Amino acid sequence: MRLVNIKPRRGAGILIGAIPIIALLIAYALISVARADANPNEKVLPTFVAMAQAAVQLTTEVDPRTGNITAWSDTIASLWRLGIGVAIATLSTLLIGLALGVVPLVRAALGPIVAVIAVIPPIAVLPILFIALGLGEASKIALIAVGIAPYMVRDLAGHVASLPVEQMVKAQTLGANSWQLTLRVALPQALPRLIESLRLSMGPAWVFLISAEAIASDVGLGYRIFLVRRYLAMDIILPYVAWISVLAIATDAILLLISRKAFPWAHGDGH
Amino acid sequence: MSALLTFKDVWVEYGDKVVLERVNLTIEEGSFVSVIGPSGAGKSTFLRLVLGQEAPTRGQILLDDRPLTPECHPDRGVVFQRYSVFPHLTALQNVAFGLECEKSPLLGKLFGKARRDANALAREMLAAVGLEHNLDVYPAQMSGGMQQRLAIAQALIKHPRVLLLDEPFGALDPGIRLDMHGLVTGLWREHGLTIVMVTHDIKEAFKLGTRVLAFDKRRIDPQAPHRYGATAVYDMPVKRGETPAPPAFA
Repeated sequence: MRLVNIKPRRGAGILIGAIPIIALLIAYALISVARADANPNEKVLPTFVAMAQAAVQLTTEVDPRTGNITAWSDTIASLWRLGIGVAIATLSTLLIGLALGVVPLVRAALGPIVAVIAVIPPIAVLPILFIALGLGEASKIALIAVGIAPYMVRDLAGHVASLPVEQMVKAQTLGANSWQLTLRVALPQALPRLIESLRLSMGPAWVFLISAEAIASDVGLGYRIFLVRRYLAMDIILPYVAWISVLAIATDAILLLISRKAFPWAHGDGH
Repeated sequence: MSALLTFKDVWVEYGDKVVLERVNLTIEEGSFVSVIGPSGAGKSTFLRLVLGQEAPTRGQILLDDRPLTPECHPDRGVVFQRYSVFPHLTALQNVAFGLECEKSPLLGKLFGKARRDANALAREMLAAVGLEHNLDVYPAQMSGGMQQRLAIAQALIKHPRVLLLDEPFGALDPGIRLDMHGLVTGLWREHGLTIVMVTHDIKEAFKLGTRVLAFDKRRIDPQAPHRYGATAVYDMPVKRGETPAPPAFA
């Protein structure tokens, strides 16, 4: 049998997928223990035990300087910034993207400026945001929103504009005016796409969040990683990176679940 | 029978390309007009004119002796070959859509008694096209034939003055196509509809129509083929029930 025709069964597929991950973890464990044996002050490859100790310390002990448990206050601060930034981006995308997609006049008026804004690298405007909005929360939230919104707007506008013209004509022959057309035909079909592009934009959103936190902040997951980097504290950095991954995966799963529950027709699984 | 649609010296031009020229036609109420012709002979343009998706460059189109608004309107219903139904609405919601738009200008959605009334009408219409057992099904879960039945029910709930069919059965299996012929003929008789159907299938055109219009170019300039447009070159009344031999222009 040809190699390209051999397909793993479901159970076997999961097992095959798990092997590289387990192998990586075992290799890391062996190497880190060997290095720790050779040098008790080893910092670059901390053992799992050392990472667990650091994680427990960060999630249970109150920081005497701030009066908070470090990991939780970092998580809450970061998720709050991310949530507000993403919410602003999503809401403005829905309004602008829908208008761009449905109304040719709006597309003619705003299409070019959206296209220009979309090519500006968001990190390049971060100094402007810091100058305009200060070093507080507003500039970090703005970076996330400005960073992901242009892509989402263009994606949504393109999707709405490419809805079959037959649907738009049909709706009009059924008596729909422009507003009803937007509300009942374009909006419901835009929402699953909006969630889809939000899922894709969550990666960049995290990048912008961590960048902003690394540059000017006093709390947050990105701030903590860049702070402890000065002490080569890999035993803190690695659990933090893992925690960020878990948060990202959970967000993605929740968004997918919402989309499947709310828009079954868009996922081809009926109702 | 009175004139429902009147074309008075209608021309359609795109730049210097003439698509339709000198179209003079009267379509009577209650007739079933089949439109045939080779690709690029302006069949679809003709349909878009009636639909209001396009306006004539010259000439006038009258509906019930009033100039036709060059915009889609509920007095002209349509069924396309594809994409005629809304994928995000169930069959019942698809049919109720037309009623909801009419009665709820702000939200496009009805509630309470108004909603139950609209749904009852929609259910009746779905039963008329044989979809009474598929009320809560999304179009993606339906076969091609069922989707076209749904599209017809959706259009008929608005009681259009004229129903436009744009190759409605082109994508269906031969067996399903026969069922659909029966369905459309039945609805046409029962509801006293006026139907204009564009089709590629000449047998279908003669089987269903009471009148067959063949669009083609009368003249061709070999140096500038785009300068002459198409028009209705054959206009044949058909007595339903007998199938005359298709003429040789096919």
